[in-house]
Amino acid sequence: MTDVPVDVMDVPRRVPPLALVSGPEQVIADRAVKGLLEDLRVSQPDLEVVRLYAASYAPGDLLAQAAPSLFGGDKAIVVHDLDEAPDELQADLLAFLAAPEDGVTLIVRHKSGNRGKKVLDALRSARARVVEAPAIKSDRDKTDFASHEFRAAHRRATPGAVRALVEAVGQSVSELASACQQLIADTTGTIDEAVVELYHGGKVEATGFRVADAAVAGDTSEALRLLRHAIAVGVDPVPIVAVLAQQLRQLVRVGSAGRGRSVDVARDLGLAPWQVDKARRSLNGWTPDALGRSIQAVAAADFDVKGGGRDPVYAVERAVLTITRERRGG
Amino acid sequence: MSVWSDVVGQEPALAVLQRAVIDPDAMTHAWLFTGPPGSGRSVAARAFAAALQCPTGGCGECRECRTALDGTHADVDLVSTEGLSIGVSMARQLVELAARRPSVGRWRVVVIEDADRLTEHSGNALLKAIEEPTSRTIWMLCAPSLEDVLITLRSRSRHVRLRTPPAEAVAELLVRRDGIDPQMALYAARAAQSHVGLARRLATDEGTRIRRRDALRLAVRIRGVGDAVDAAADLVKIAEEEKDNSLTERNARELSRLLETLGADPTARTQPPHIRSQIAALEKEQKTRATRVGRDVIDRSLTDLLSVYRDALVRHTGAPVAMVNQDNAALVDELAGLLGPEQLLAAMDAIGTARERIEANVAPLLALEAMTLDLRLPR
Ligand SMILES: [Zn+2]
Repeated sequence: MTDVPVDVMDVPRRVPPLALVSGPEQVIADRAVKGLLEDLRVSQPDLEVVRLYAASYAPGDLLAQAAPSLFGGDKAIVVHDLDEAPDELQADLLAFLAAPEDGVTLIVRHKSGNRGKKVLDALRSARARVVEAPAIKSDRDKTDFASHEFRAAHRRATPGAVRALVEAVGQSVSELASACQQLIADTTGTIDEAVVELYHGGKVEATGFRVADAAVAGDTSEALRLLRHAIAVGVDPVPIVAVLAQQLRQLVRVGSAGRGRSVDVARDLGLAPWQVDKARRSLNGWTPDALGRSIQAVAAADFDVKGGGRDPVYAVERAVLTITRERRGG
Repeated sequence: MSVWSDVVGQEPALAVLQRAVIDPDAMTHAWLFTGPPGSGRSVAARAFAAALQCPTGGCGECRECRTALDGTHADVDLVSTEGLSIGVSMARQLVELAARRPSVGRWRVVVIEDADRLTEHSGNALLKAIEEPTSRTIWMLCAPSLEDVLITLRSRSRHVRLRTPPAEAVAELLVRRDGIDPQMALYAARAAQSHVGLARRLATDEGTRIRRRDALRLAVRIRGVGDAVDAAADLVKIAEEEKDNSLTERNARELSRLLETLGADPTARTQPPHIRSQIAALEKEQKTRATRVGRDVIDRSLTDLLSVYRDALVRHTGAPVAMVNQDNAALVDELAGLLGPEQLLAAMDAIGTARERIEANVAPLLALEAMTLDLRLPR
């Protein structure tokens, strides 16, 4: 992170000599370890960083690295994959925790599971700082993650931009993370939908979402225009059908979830609040039965694009036409 | 005790096979076993192979019999695939294998347990070997139905048709072979529609019974569009659990067997590169299998669901047919009260369509949603 604003650097959190980064999400964990090391370097500019991996651990490595050196510099030891650690590494960790060395900061990484439990307990009772790296699964998690990325870089991003980004690259968390970093690095000013569109608008998923948005809004000509354009430039119809299905499914689920606050409904359905708000707006002009018929049309189209029909492109067009017709009330 | 004791409810087929064992004139070198899933195609083929190898025609006790039945006989090769098809390279290996003389037994037997997964290419690679085999080689092909097998292979083999065994015969096998309580055995055999493996799982695993019951309840649960979408999600979730349940242990067992064969230390946290690459290959295979098993499990749930509608239809017509869901008569009655014969048939069509679509690779959740929407009860 080259462009971390000065005000963040000025107030580094003091890192305690022990830290545990716990949870399965690699992207967040890497970020956390990096953050801890950066904070350490503020007070220890000559910090030496040593990384030990469970897979290649040789017994005694940890204690040898932790032993005071002649030159007496500060050291941070990052132990990766405690959840896969051989018994020797666990024993060495316990030995270190029983008699920590001055000037050595130990950062332990644990993904999930029971392996390494003794070490975890020892870390906790030694008051290690615990940083969570929870799995990012639902669209809600992804939205929160992306918003946080921009906020941490002191960049403003509109809700529409975050939404478009999650739709375009949200299938993979690491891709989402690097897309956020790219936008932060390559652009200035407020990040809005147009900026995201510029960088990620060509993605198949983004195309699918635009077709779906137009279809669900009942805009036949726009939906067909987008669809034909996408097919003309060689986009595979299969993911477009998948997005159509996903959007209709979301409308049904939000529509039958009642009138609660969107944050509550979002939590129940594993969606982001903006998705609930968007679905609620889109539900105008729809009846449950019309949504049901639309889903059935999309299922038929999926069969056709998977080889069941003669003309996959026509199959998708027909599904889109069914959706826009149902929106207008059959 | 005889090699045939696990082949249940197949008297007509048995008569043909047993005759071939004792009468050289009734013997031929290529056989095709067909029958619905669970009818015991490969069980019958193995028993036949054992009977052919046995000096006394299938005593069930001797070494030849035992090894042929459990798949370890040096001259009986069992070929099955967890993937979606049997490829040409596999077929060529089989041709090579079939050309060899038997090493210890009287015959060399090649059993292809999923002959329906031969492609046109791989099937053709087998043709010549099946047409003109060496004198001591026997081919046994297994498939759900004749239509599933390439016509060129069909015409070159003798057909043995297995039927769905009566539930009572399956129950009797579970009691005799697996020591299952008779009442439970009968419930499981009926509920599994005579599929032996599934009946055994139902009888021995409560989780499987609960998941089945949950899937069946869907028939009387779906009223609105929202219910339909939820029900489809539930079916996918039930299938995921069932899949994990049946695969987790098996995958782990395969891994430890692989490590053992390679002489690797199973407790080591890291393995040397050549072993790692073998592990990676196994994991890839297991993943392919998981996809197929996932599909099969959903198909099974749909067969179960279909049986409730069929039972409700039987209720309406009053036909003297045994119900599949005798243990769940209240559910059948409830459904029969909610839907008339026409509506029941329409629902059965919807389930059939979903099965076809999933087989054709339609996203399972979407195919199921289209189905559950059709299964909505009248308001
Ligand atoms: Zn014998």
